Amino acid sequence: MAQTMPNPLRHPQPIRPRKKAAPFPLNIWQSAVGRKWIMALTGIGLLGFVVAHMIGNLHVYEGPAKLHEYAEALRDLGGSIIPRTYLLWVLRFGLIAMFGLHIAAAYSTKEMSRKASHGANVVDGQKSYPGGQEYIASNYASRTMRWTGPIILLYLVFHLADLTWGWLPHTDYVRGDPYHNLSTSLGNLPVAIIYIVANVALAIHIFHGAWSMFQSLGINNPKYNSARRGIAAGLAGLILIGNLSFPILTQAGVIDDDSNPCAQFTDTEENAECFEEILATEGHSE
Amino acid sequence: MNNEINLTLEVWRQDGPNESGRFETYDAKVSEDASFLEMLDLVNEGLIEDDRQPITFESDCREGICGTCSLMINGEAHGPNKGQATCQLHMRTFKNGDHITVEPFRATSFPIIKDLAVSRAALDSIQQSGGYISVGTGSAPDANLVPVPKEAAEMAFDAAACIGCGACVAACPNSAAQLFTAAKIQHLNLLPQGQPERWSRTENMVDTMEEFFGTCTNHGECHEACPKEISLDFIAFMNRDYVKAKIKNRTLSGQR
Amino acid sequence: MTMTDTSVRTTSPALDSKVPTGDIDTMWENHKFSMKLVNPSNKRKFTVIVVGTGLAGSSAAATLGELGYNVKAFTFHDSPRRAHSIAAQGGINGAKNYQNDGDSVYRLFYDTVKGGDYRSREANVYRLAEVSTNIIDQATAQGVPFAREYGGMLDNRSFGGAQVSRTFYARGQTGQQLLIGAYSALNRQIEAGSVEMYNRMEMLDVVVKDGETVGIITRDLLTGEVESHSAHAVVLATGGYGNVYYLSTNAMTCNVTAAWRAHRKGAFFANPCYTQIHPTCIPASDDHQSKLTLMSESLRNDGRIWVPKAFDDDRLAADIPEAERDYYLERKYPAFGNLVPRDVASRNAKTVVDEGRGVGPLKNGVFLDFEDAISRYGKEEIAARYGNLFDMYANITGEDPYNRPMRIYPATHYTMGGLWVDYQLMTTIPGTYAIGEANFSDHGANRLGASALMQGLADGYFVLPYTVGDYLADKLGDDVVPTSDPVFVEAENAIRDETAMWLSVKGTKSPEYYHRELGKIVQNEIGMARDKNGLEKALSEIPALEEEFKKNVRVMGDNTSMNVELEKVGRVADFFELATLKARDALEREESCGGHFRVESQTEEGEALRDDENFRHVSAWEWNGQDTSQTLHKEQLEFDYVALTQRSYK
Ligand SMILES: Cc1cc2nc3c(=O)[nH]c(=O)nc-3n(C[C@H](O)[C@H](O)[C@H](O)COP(=O)(O)OP(=O)(O)OC[C@H]3O[C@@H](n4cnc5c(N)ncnc54)[C@H](O)[C@@H]3O)c2cc1C
Ligand code: SF4
Repeated sequence: MAQTMPNPLRHPQPIRPRKKAAPFPLNIWQSAVGRKWIMALTGIGLLGFVVAHMIGNLHVYEGPAKLHEYAEALRDLGGSIIPRTYLLWVLRFGLIAMFGLHIAAAYSTKEMSRKASHGANVVDGQKSYPGGQEYIASNYASRTMRWTGPIILLYLVFHLADLTWGWLPHTDYVRGDPYHNLSTSLGNLPVAIIYIVANVALAIHIFHGAWSMFQSLGINNPKYNSARRGIAAGLAGLILIGNLSFPILTQAGVIDDDSNPCAQFTDTEENAECFEEILATEGHSE
Repeated sequence: MNNEINLTLEVWRQDGPNESGRFETYDAKVSEDASFLEMLDLVNEGLIEDDRQPITFESDCREGICGTCSLMINGEAHGPNKGQATCQLHMRTFKNGDHITVEPFRATSFPIIKDLAVSRAALDSIQQSGGYISVGTGSAPDANLVPVPKEAAEMAFDAAACIGCGACVAACPNSAAQLFTAAKIQHLNLLPQGQPERWSRTENMVDTMEEFFGTCTNHGECHEACPKEISLDFIAFMNRDYVKAKIKNRTLSGQR
Repeated sequence: MTMTDTSVRTTSPALDSKVPTGDIDTMWENHKFSMKLVNPSNKRKFTVIVVGTGLAGSSAAATLGELGYNVKAFTFHDSPRRAHSIAAQGGINGAKNYQNDGDSVYRLFYDTVKGGDYRSREANVYRLAEVSTNIIDQATAQGVPFAREYGGMLDNRSFGGAQVSRTFYARGQTGQQLLIGAYSALNRQIEAGSVEMYNRMEMLDVVVKDGETVGIITRDLLTGEVESHSAHAVVLATGGYGNVYYLSTNAMTCNVTAAWRAHRKGAFFANPCYTQIHPTCIPASDDHQSKLTLMSESLRNDGRIWVPKAFDDDRLAADIPEAERDYYLERKYPAFGNLVPRDVASRNAKTVVDEGRGVGPLKNGVFLDFEDAISRYGKEEIAARYGNLFDMYANITGEDPYNRPMRIYPATHYTMGGLWVDYQLMTTIPGTYAIGEANFSDHGANRLGASALMQGLADGYFVLPYTVGDYLADKLGDDVVPTSDPVFVEAENAIRDETAMWLSVKGTKSPEYYHRELGKIVQNEIGMARDKNGLEKALSEIPALEEEFKKNVRVMGDNTSMNVELEKVGRVADFFELATLKARDALEREESCGGHFRVESQTEEGEALRDDENFRHVSAWEWNGQDTSQTLHKEQLEFDYVALTQRSYK
């Protein structure tokens, strides 16, 4: 018999040969389905953070002092059981881990898809038919995850630098006075635009991500399946409205540092004292 | 009598798996009652008459069940009609004067053999890695010994309707084979007969799938392209079964 | 013709059916016991080649693999799952008697012999009925999602005029679901390493040495390479050849090549004239029609078949008043009406179309009208019963069957003839077996609905795996003949020469053209009604066209990569030879039986008239070389259990 090399048209060659199984739970990470599962779980966590963050920020509408109080309360999480800011740091590390896993999963699965389409035709890292493809089910949100994702990441860095670390020049950053920081930052039009664009990207990302999460986790029941798209859209919509309200209302003058009674104290401690006093008197008057 | 329409075709021609391909343009005049593949047959007869190489494409049953035909027609797998394979597409779907682009199904693991014919052997590899219930010939009990709830049987059938055409992979922006694999896994996982091997089957088939194809990001293009309209729900079931399989205590898995 | 020759009543010595003696109901059991066995540890020393991976081939290869044989399976398809078995819609019979309506193995046996118009071998048919129940068990255990009732038990329906409900079905995809089952069993063996799968490989010859099968020659459809594969036994499960008619309900690639090449190497070809023509297909719409689509026969339960009384009536159906319609089946067969058997319905449609009363743009169909049914049951009920079929019809024809009658016309559907096999399913070449539609064995002159799937799986799962052992047991210790042996080398070269020859003709017309032209002759002269003149005409026209074909065919492309034209040309060449034999067989059989209607042999009312005196035999043809015509051998059929009666549907 003529001995010939196996013909790849008959015996396909894996493009991603299987690795030896790692011990549990690392083996979950080894497969893309497992990674998507992790992406969905971390997605839920991040989504929870986004929602909580948005709701927390609504304190801005109660005035500078209440916002300050809220910020302090975050540092005091855990009450007297856990030393101050420790729990917040635990949460922060958790968040960072979730971000890391979410991004790593996204990146590696995207690479896998690129490889899987490589033999076909890849333009800009994306499968593409030379004659064009007519998309039917996929939407703008689902096809732009790989753009909205990085946009959100960049925005996140910007946002931290802006309002957490106070590295940016357009605010005279006062640690402990979030109202001041926020209103001066968002009062700057280009910055407001950045926030608006980024939050639109975030909402788009969530719109597909939340629906996708149901699929990746296998949450599926005919009784509520039809609601899955709705839930995703609702969540994305709520977050969008909440988050866009900040830059827009700042630009509209509703959030304004002029209404901040402690604005003149640029030193963190003095500023804090100012707020403590106000909060104390408010407490009395009630 | 039959109405004839004139068309301009842009057809992908490629001499072999490692050659580069190109579009070539052909004119076609065909009856509205002809099927799309009969239109290609006709173009081929014309090419042969002119001593030019006919277009290589594959088809067999021409009834939408064998899954042999493929083709991206105007950028859609199996053409514009929902729930139909290319062989079921008829020319009355098009208008006189239409331009039609015809391309092969594309994915790294669907190498082009020639022109529009691709190898979908990777789908067989997935099946071989676990798409069966291990019951040797002769060892089966009476067919009515295990009742299967009608709903479960129907749902298993919905999955089993997959004809293995690969349109889901072709349409997928990630070249993922999730819909195919999920249909094959869930056909068996939904039946009582499929329970003993449920977890190993799911792991093996998913792992093999990932050797060849991309990752699902839940676009849903596969479902739209699928001539059998296989539901995305099966992908969710497969994902759940896969992670469960990793976590499950196998000695108790008989108890679900 | 008067049969005075006494040899007519005896079976040719070349045809030993090897039917065991004894009672039919214990025959198979006893025979299984008396067959030689191969010790489990010795099985892997035997190589068995299975060509074809449809229902018959997949099930056989899987089972042989499970038993421990070293199996090589071949298909020209890209995957076993694409074999033509996938297209079967209606269902599969099994004598389970789950419906408690009086079915039994004996009744299925009886119905099959009677349905085959007494032209099949009783012993084989009985065994088929016997193992039918195991098939249902096996398929269910594999996960075939058969239709179920609310209690979770399997559902059945009555099919093809049977009086009991013994047909198991899976929506309209019974074939695909059963094939997925067999394919999955095969996959398990491929994964286990006991079956080696060769896809996209076409078998082009059986290799015989010293009178025994030693292997096959294949052509790699991806590279054009010709290869030899040796084995201790070869099983052909290569399906039917209805495509000799060009237009049929068969898949595009169905062909006779494997069986024909075996025939040329010494396997007798039996009953090529028996073809089943299915009455409810969608008529061709133009000259370039590539195949015909079958619609379930169940449509005849509610549809009424008619044509206009007037010739060349161009009016729309709705404009033809009731009084000017001819419900010809109801008129001629008041008792059965539109539900007469397939062959009767088909023949009558041909008669009215030939008279010039056909309907549709090409006047090539008859109406199947649901108007009455819709007014009786309502549109919704009809949609519930036939919605899928109506949609399919509308998609293909562009006409809405709810508003205007469907047009139907018969089309070739199944070939009862095939390689002659004995009770062990072995052909006349020792070591070469034929199973499934490729053999002639179980359906006589006409096949019952839902019995082909049953036969393919019976052969593959439950019969062949035993009978092969009986042959192999004697070969223990014999190595396979190496592929370097001159028999292989010669056979390989012959195939290479053949391919080179086709490429060098460089004529003007495609293989497709000749196939279509051949189909027209076969359709006209060896179709639903045959007569001496027509058959003789065919016998002069076919060779003439064949001559032209060989001189003038144009095969494009080369022999180093996929070349569909080159695949096709060889198949068309074999169809030519088959068509000639088919005409001879039909000419020789001067009786009407089952799917074979000889105009000369009919009753006064125009019904088929069987001639049991002279034609109660299987006609098996022996190849005598390219330039000599085949010799006819007869296997006489004895009916010890089923009494011979003439069919009547008046
Ligand atoms: C439209 C339609 C509907 C039908 N419905 C029913 C029904 O409801 N019930 C029923 O019982 N029957 C039905 N039948 C009949 C039934 O489907 C077939 O008779 C049966 O499936 C044949 O199975 P098989 O395994 O013998 O051959 P096939 O399934 O035809 O398989 C043939 C195999 O042989 C291979 N092959 C052939 N030649 C070669 C070669 N030279 N080299 C390599 N490989 C080769 C092919 O690749 C294929 O794998 C129907 C048939 C048609 C056409
Ligand atoms: S899931 Fe649908 S598109 Fe994918 S292979 Fe199966 S039938 Fe084709």
